[in-house]
Amino acid sequence: MNNQPIHRSYPFRRSLIVLIFIFASCVLIWRAYYLQILNNEFLRNHGDARSLRVVKIPAHRGIITDRNNEPLAISTPVDSIWATPKLVLEQPDLISALASILEMESNSLLELLVERKDREFVYLKRHVSPDVAKQVENLEIAGVNLQQEFKRYYPAGEVTAHIVGFNNIDDTGQEGIELAYEQWLKGVPGEKRVLKDRLGRIIRDLESIKSPSPGKNLKLSIDRRVQYLAYRELATAVKYYKAKSGSLVLLDPNNGEVLALAVQPSYNPNNRAGLISSNFRNRAITDVFEPGSTLKPFTIAAGLMSGLFQVDTIVQTSPGYLKVSNHVISDVSNYGPLDLPGIIQKSSNVGASKIGLAIGPESLWSMYRDVGFGEQTGSGFPGESPGMLSNYSNLSELDLASISFGHGMAVTALQLARAYAVIASHGILNPVTFIKTDENEMVGEQVLSPEITNKIMMMLEKVVEPGGTGQKASVPFYRVIGKTGTAHKSTSSGYAEDRYLSLFAGIAPASHPRLVMAVIIDEPQGGEHYGGQVAAPVFSKVIQGTLRILNISPDNISDLNSEISMAVKTSGIADQVR
Amino acid sequence: MAVFISALQIVMTQHQARKTFMEVQQLEMYRNELNEEWGRLQLEQSTWATDDRLERIAREQLGMNNLDTNSIVLLRK
Repeated sequence: MNNQPIHRSYPFRRSLIVLIFIFASCVLIWRAYYLQILNNEFLRNHGDARSLRVVKIPAHRGIITDRNNEPLAISTPVDSIWATPKLVLEQPDLISALASILEMESNSLLELLVERKDREFVYLKRHVSPDVAKQVENLEIAGVNLQQEFKRYYPAGEVTAHIVGFNNIDDTGQEGIELAYEQWLKGVPGEKRVLKDRLGRIIRDLESIKSPSPGKNLKLSIDRRVQYLAYRELATAVKYYKAKSGSLVLLDPNNGEVLALAVQPSYNPNNRAGLISSNFRNRAITDVFEPGSTLKPFTIAAGLMSGLFQVDTIVQTSPGYLKVSNHVISDVSNYGPLDLPGIIQKSSNVGASKIGLAIGPESLWSMYRDVGFGEQTGSGFPGESPGMLSNYSNLSELDLASISFGHGMAVTALQLARAYAVIASHGILNPVTFIKTDENEMVGEQVLSPEITNKIMMMLEKVVEPGGTGQKASVPFYRVIGKTGTAHKSTSSGYAEDRYLSLFAGIAPASHPRLVMAVIIDEPQGGEHYGGQVAAPVFSKVIQGTLRILNISPDNISDLNSEISMAVKTSGIADQVR
Repeated sequence: MAVFISALQIVMTQHQARKTFMEVQQLEMYRNELNEEWGRLQLEQSTWATDDRLERIAREQLGMNNLDTNSIVLLRK
């Protein structure tokens, strides 16, 4: 045997192997080139798309507060639960557990998921309580996630509901101030890039793209304490008289700020399920009515301004009615000859009509326009009505006589209060605002001369004095003035005999007006329906409380002197003071 | 070599940036939590302090009342 090792070369095999290796490495190099250089961009994008996500950072909505920084609307974060149905359906055993936490039937949850299984995002339940959110999180179901959202709470509830309004479930304003100042209040959500795992959980935050900018806070001119008082008194009166509705507006005549605005019936903005949407309407701003006798002071003012009438001009109202184009305008009784204060005090329709007819349509119309009727008040409140006031060129003789005592035209409660604020502020018409104004900037215009408003104020004081129609509006220790009104409601077939509107508009305290209020009670039932009986007591109670809350000093203490001396005698308190 | 060093530095800065960002995120979360708590407390406070509730307690539990005009003594300077 030949022991020598055999050195046989297989050049063919060798080169084949080498070639295969070369080819394989060529393929690898090509592949590497293909992935790393040719398609780099595309592949990286896809990789990122599978793990990098841009998520929204929710932003806070601004807080609405009253003038003393008491909160009226606050957003607090809550969690909403959403799911990707396809992923959840892969784990049927967990669905019943999830359903019991969410207080749903497991069948209906299953149905909901199956119906929407092609979608990526389905809300299971929105705005859940924190402990429910915690339980869901602990279940760790793939495809079920939490999303932070905000829910709006209104601590004052129905008391401020008509002013503040409310938001929908996405925290966007729907009514009231929430809607009017949506742009100001709303927060703009920010964005950040995050890394997510296969199940969609955030592994880490990578970078911030846009930081969230929270909404700005808003300070209203409302005083919550006064608002509560106004709301309570109005609600009590509406309930007592079984009235259909009621409105109350309280203004500061010096800058047009709304201190309180109450509307009945109200609703709870925190829980709106099953509510009647007509109650959402802010009747004091959107609804118009015939103001009746409460407009007579402006007829008188127009009379004074025309120069045809003086305070002591005698107007003959006998025999208690007046025939104008086949219609009869009548008073409650025959008052005989009255001077202008007498017309106001007795609320004589005949007297007011005679003044209106004497001065003509243009003078009366422009007076009404000047004090803000027939135009919006500048409050910016959504749905505000401008009222209804026909142009003087369209007024017939009967129309003219009617609008002289506040019929045949329509105003809102806010307009009525604003017009009385003109009298209270010595003739300055201010735009109405719900927002607390910082500086005492006067943007109002002088529409009446102070001489005329002083005369009107003097006449209005007679209304509240014994013998006037509005005695029940009086407030102890303060001089309050105002005017009652009782309007028949107009229906499709003329004026209804048994349906009334009871009104009172007034000013307090008379020597330094700080408050102007209009109260309207719609269709009081039962025996009483005169403004002096139904609306005036509400005025008195709210004004009395407001004067105390705002610490406005009394301006009518002359009738108190006897009580001071009495108190001195009985308690000896004067000794301690001296 | 220079390219290699600068590449390393990029990696390091990136890492640093991410770490800082995470820190920022945590602090922001903390801030949000505090804000939320503040909001909740505000709500709670104003719920306890509703005028309606205060009035009820004042009238029923504390026996308080509005003064009637006869019991007011006015003092003049």
